[in-house]
Amino acid sequence: MRDFTYSLARSLDEASKADGAHSMIIAGGTELLNWFRLGVAAPEHVVDLAGVEELKRIESDGDMLTIGALATLAEVGEHSAVRTGAPVLAQACLAAASPQIRNRATLGGNLLQKTRCAYFRAEEPLPWGCNKRHAGSGCAALEGINDRHAIFGWTEQCVAVHPSDPAVALASLDAEIEIAGASGRRIVPAATFHLTQREAAGLGLDPAQAETRLKPQEVITAYRVPLRPAARSAYVKVRERASYEYALVSAAAVIELDQGGIARAALALGSVAQKPWRLTEAEARLVGLPPTRDAVLPVLKQCFEDARPLADNKFKVAMAAGAAARAIVEAAA
Amino acid sequence: MDEVLASARPKLAFQVNGRPISTEVEARTTLLDFLRDRLQLTGTKKGCNEGACGTCTVLIDGKRMNACLTLAIQCAGRDVTTIEGVGTVDALHPVQQAFIAHDGLQCGYCTPGQILSAIACIAEGHADDPDTVREWMSGNICRCSAYPQITAAVLDAARRMEDRQDA
Repeated sequence: MRDFTYSLARSLDEASKADGAHSMIIAGGTELLNWFRLGVAAPEHVVDLAGVEELKRIESDGDMLTIGALATLAEVGEHSAVRTGAPVLAQACLAAASPQIRNRATLGGNLLQKTRCAYFRAEEPLPWGCNKRHAGSGCAALEGINDRHAIFGWTEQCVAVHPSDPAVALASLDAEIEIAGASGRRIVPAATFHLTQREAAGLGLDPAQAETRLKPQEVITAYRVPLRPAARSAYVKVRERASYEYALVSAAAVIELDQGGIARAALALGSVAQKPWRLTEAEARLVGLPPTRDAVLPVLKQCFEDARPLADNKFKVAMAAGAAARAIVEAAA
Repeated sequence: MDEVLASARPKLAFQVNGRPISTEVEARTTLLDFLRDRLQLTGTKKGCNEGACGTCTVLIDGKRMNACLTLAIQCAGRDVTTIEGVGTVDALHPVQQAFIAHDGLQCGYCTPGQILSAIACIAEGHADDPDTVREWMSGNICRCSAYPQITAAVLDAARRMEDRQDA
């Protein structure tokens, strides 16, 4: 790991001067230290957010839950207001990583983690192409082992998915992300914070390297989660071992019921694209149906007609539809 | 960034196993390397060095964390407990006793991390039944696969520690 200078920021102003390349922000460090070891990043300076107390709060004020960027996954997952008001988020946080990592990793950093694509997560010098690591070097996963990769939104430059569990829950909850920068504060909906490779290309950005709408010298400060009193929610994570593993696919469901039928549904899928994938069309068509697997699965399957699975991940289509159905059933239970 | 305070060798004051440490540290030094190389506390093991195995688990202010995913400087002002601070040869911690009683180890490499993690797992209240223990001990990999014995040891230690508190 290349050495760097270190400072402890006492205010957001100090922290938001980090440009993300020469100087970077550290929160928990569970992701950043691995970037440093692999050579994904090699800043000259690291600014520690730990001194910025205002970022540590979790507050519930009426129908709005505010979670500071420095709240750890363990703190969010175990907070009573989150467990009762937004169980999908508590479940997603506690399904992520391990108890040890959840005690360090923050909700701010979690959304800024990078893909777990094995071609991306390798030490320099990379023996294969990866456009995320080196622009123009190619995408080894496109024709390589790509069972963990995207079925939506990818381009030939990159087929990675985003691995966050909480991001999927936040998207299903219509949460907002508060961002601070030199020009003040702004809000980005959690469902549109990440970019698919195709969206990045559409914005004129590098499709492999642009992953979020966060700009240099901006900092995530908090998440604002609107709480709907009638909402029930659940997070389903499908993985190859029961715990401490990234998702093959995941699904977050936030539903409201009226006389046994679905009155409102918000659904997001994880690990199918480089962003939480909202099933907007299905959400409308589910209204009026009973929250049973038999009733919702045919509607959910229609959402995958435009999926573009790769050679190794056709299984994700059926698995993701099934996970979404299970999330609805568990939310209603 | 405060240029005045930016330092390649920041001052670090914290406690390890109750002993105050005050020194300078290269900013990039992980807690794991600091414990092993600077303090010669080699009970904390370096397995994967990327947060995948849990063998470097220590307690920071009583919470279990991976020492390989923590910069030493991030521990300023904190209280770190390693396996060297748990029990003595003559008076083992109940969790250590239970690991021996249940054969909760074979090669032993993951054991210091397992012990620290189990102490936290019990303190968190996540040691009521085998499924809960398996979920909340999942951050510690044992490639000898002593998992059934580890689970039994954690459950037994939790029961003994509860009995001791009741007494």
